[in-house]
Amino acid sequence: MIDPGRLVPRDRTAHPVPRDPEYKTTVARSPNLPLLSMESTTTEETGPRFGHGLIGALDNNLILNWTKGAAPAVGERILMHGRVMDEFGRPVPNTLVEIWQANAGGRYRHVKDTYFAPLDPNFGGCGRTLTDENGYYEFLTIRPGAYPWPNRGNDWRPMHIHISVFGHSFGQRLITQMYFEGDPLIDRCPIASTIKDRSQLDRLVAPLDMARARPLDYLAYKFDIVLRGRRQTMFENKPAGM
Amino acid sequence: MTQTLENLRETPSQTGGPYVHIGCIPSFAGLSQIYPEDLGLKAIGDGAKGERIAITGSVFDGTGWAMRDAMLESWQADAKGNYPGEKGADPKVNGFCRFAADGKTGEFTLHTVKPGAVPGPGGSMQAPHIALWIVARGINIGLQTRIYFEDEDNSADPLLSRIEQRNRVDTLIAKKTGDGQYRFDIRLQGDGETVFLDM
Ligand SMILES: [Fe+2]
Repeated sequence: MIDPGRLVPRDRTAHPVPRDPEYKTTVARSPNLPLLSMESTTTEETGPRFGHGLIGALDNNLILNWTKGAAPAVGERILMHGRVMDEFGRPVPNTLVEIWQANAGGRYRHVKDTYFAPLDPNFGGCGRTLTDENGYYEFLTIRPGAYPWPNRGNDWRPMHIHISVFGHSFGQRLITQMYFEGDPLIDRCPIASTIKDRSQLDRLVAPLDMARARPLDYLAYKFDIVLRGRRQTMFENKPAGM
Repeated sequence: MTQTLENLRETPSQTGGPYVHIGCIPSFAGLSQIYPEDLGLKAIGDGAKGERIAITGSVFDGTGWAMRDAMLESWQADAKGNYPGEKGADPKVNGFCRFAADGKTGEFTLHTVKPGAVPGPGGSMQAPHIALWIVARGINIGLQTRIYFEDEDNSADPLLSRIEQRNRVDTLIAKKTGDGQYRFDIRLQGDGETVFLDM
């Protein structure tokens, strides 16, 4: 019998560097000492599951979910869609995907966001959904605005949507950000630039997807997500070295 | 030339940023009108078997400042050592919980049951522990660590045994402060830096 197997060890070169002086907050918030690397155990290989019964009909519609459908949010209407897969290209079905973002003016609905762009009374800023049996997900939302943030003298975040994904193992847990094709602020962003491998940063930039756009309604952007895989092998149960 | 490997690379992480609460625990950020209920607010339901415990602590940055914006997630087995979804697992134990440092004090508290020992590699047993995942502004990739308990036998735990500097083992062990009460502080860097995991 083929075991689900251990998690594939994380390739840290696929990720941002933990400490980058250009993103100042990382300097005091990144470990100085090396991480302890070990093969995953049941603890990392299991993880929470969320049932469809927990998800409301408007949860993945950020244009309408704040007002429960009473009034739409202001902004450029977009469909954000994609597929969650693992490193072996297998779809990750029935897994929780959550997003959060600023409104069309670049302001978050959060007590600590004091940017003077106004709140949109019809926009909350978060959504959630479960992938379908083939790993696909969709959100209807508005394109968030770019916003300034205190870092170097004049830093701006490119337009972005924050994304949290679970997978089926706690060790697959991932939070990332989606950027938009053509945004000139991506190359000036010290947070995007913590990813030193340009081909990896490109994977966070969603292309405009006119095939999925709906005429006279919304544009579409595609954002696929790859989580860590599990090493399937017929030899998993043999002790190391045997 | 060789055959081509068809494997994909993992999507790179990015920081959860200062407003991670909006997406993960919206009611904490004051956005309670969207969902009927946030996911992961409670590690256990009423009637969960085992010893009720509360673990309190802070996440300290390299300057010794208790971070006000950290969000944590925990994952654990039930009192008998079964993970939710496994055969025989306690249906009242969700195993998963999300909690955040208080915006004023920087303190968090996890209310749960003490987990049982779980199987480890090669037929070993792992001492009771709770997995933690920590995100915040300035953390570019979520930090993994574990909470063990000072009143359990941790001597044969395979992970703790792998820590070369024995003086660092203590950073993963919650200190008992009272009946069912534990203290577990996390230090991102510097003196007493917590052992973070790559598993
Ligand atoms: Fe943001």
